[in-house]
Amino acid sequence: MSRLRLYQLAVVAGFILLLEALCLAGVIDKITMPPPHIIVRDLFRMIAAGRYFGDIGKSLANVLLAFATAYVLGVATGTILHGYRTARDILDPLFATYYAIPVFAFYPLFIVIFGLGDGPQVLIGILLAVVAVIVTTLNGLDRVPPVLKKTARVNGLSPLQTALRVTLPFCAPYLLTAAKLALAYAFIGVIGSEFIMARAGMGYEISYAYTNFDNATMYPLILMILLLSIAANGLLSYWERTLLARRGQK
Amino acid sequence: MSAAQVTLRGVTKVFPASGGGEPVHALGPIDIEIRKGEFFAVVGPSGCGKSTLLELIAGLTAPTLGEIELEGRAIKEDVPDGVGVVFQEDACFPWLNVRDNIEFGLRQKKMGSEEKARRVAAVIDMMGLRDFARSYPAQLSGGMRQRVCIARTIVAEPRLILLDEPFGALDQQTRLLMGDEMLRLWRETGATVFLITHALDEAAMLADRIVVMSARPGRAIDLVETGWPRERDSRIVERENFGALTSRLWKTLREESLKAMGRAGSGT
Repeated sequence: MSRLRLYQLAVVAGFILLLEALCLAGVIDKITMPPPHIIVRDLFRMIAAGRYFGDIGKSLANVLLAFATAYVLGVATGTILHGYRTARDILDPLFATYYAIPVFAFYPLFIVIFGLGDGPQVLIGILLAVVAVIVTTLNGLDRVPPVLKKTARVNGLSPLQTALRVTLPFCAPYLLTAAKLALAYAFIGVIGSEFIMARAGMGYEISYAYTNFDNATMYPLILMILLLSIAANGLLSYWERTLLARRGQK
Repeated sequence: MSAAQVTLRGVTKVFPASGGGEPVHALGPIDIEIRKGEFFAVVGPSGCGKSTLLELIAGLTAPTLGEIELEGRAIKEDVPDGVGVVFQEDACFPWLNVRDNIEFGLRQKKMGSEEKARRVAAVIDMMGLRDFARSYPAQLSGGMRQRVCIARTIVAEPRLILLDEPFGALDQQTRLLMGDEMLRLWRETGATVFLITHALDEAAMLADRIVVMSARPGRAIDLVETGWPRERDSRIVERENFGALTSRLWKTLREESLKAMGRAGSGT
């Protein structure tokens, strides 16, 4: 393990220990937050009892659906847009200011249109994730050396073949960054929507527990979301490092 | 004397005005005949349109005026079959290992996978890359990466190989060795080689015939026949007339380079 990784772990462990101490000393009262070891214990109990498996499954399926749709849509849009300078120039200001738009504000409207099902939640996830994917894809495509595109032409590749075999593979590290962003935004979109209004899901259960002072449910669920996103992000980061190492970058 | 493989007649390239500027007359009119099987070099001051000339022959861009023929057929804006190009910049695909990089040259060819594997293996041996077949470009030196690009080009067995300053980014020793390598490949493949370079000694050492181009818009102002035997290598620089040859090239080119730099005539 590298020294850097050791320091990172030490910071996290230190933070958890500090929380533990503050909770046990009563600086943070029990109604606000139970000590971390209790949260972990509650999480294990929750998993052992199989509680909320339905909610967890529903949320993760929606996150995955939002992520996959936004990713495919974003990479395809980015790739096509890269070939149309004017269209890109027109859309650039929108991309630059997109994340100032409160996407969640449209959630009630989506519920009115699509009903209180999974649809609006997935849609919010997609809307949040897709632009990050488009922008990152464009960013990667801008960095493809012209000589590689010329090589593709000399070898008689069509524009589609060039995208699939040359430009997108070159952008792979950027596409992984896009995946990390898309996953984070899909989590925020889906869980956030559930939090606002839903009939099931992790976000819904957190919100329900929140209004009922049910810390033994709320904190373990938050911890679980945290662990899931760290695991997914770690996996993508590992993949990214492997790709970059092969290319002699870091 | 062998027949012409590539013929350029009155070829002119003018780049349209962009961003409010004037149109740029980059090249021509230029007339060149490249004979089948020869090693042909083009030298010229920087910015004279050498690379444009190569892109025209490669079919990567179309001439504004004039026509280009390869083996009697007109080259339009499409890369003709049987033409391979090696660029100056590193064109290795960083995500593919050496073997897969080379096989990329065969991707579009209709042949069985066994035949492909056989040809890739043969070229790997020919270029001395066997120990590096599974390495990634990032693990190789600049010279080795350029060998990979050359290998990727010759694996398709082109009849015409276009080289755009392929050794420009390499150190002097590597350049000489790569020159030897190029001469060997030229003999072994029987292909015609068209080399663009700014290095006079490189052109004089490698080529059968050398065209000297003028400052922009590039025109052919001199054609030099070296008269070297087909069996030759970099030791040709030791020959008595090698110096005379490069002097002649330099004399023509010096005036043009000064012109290109905005100073008229051959004065100091």
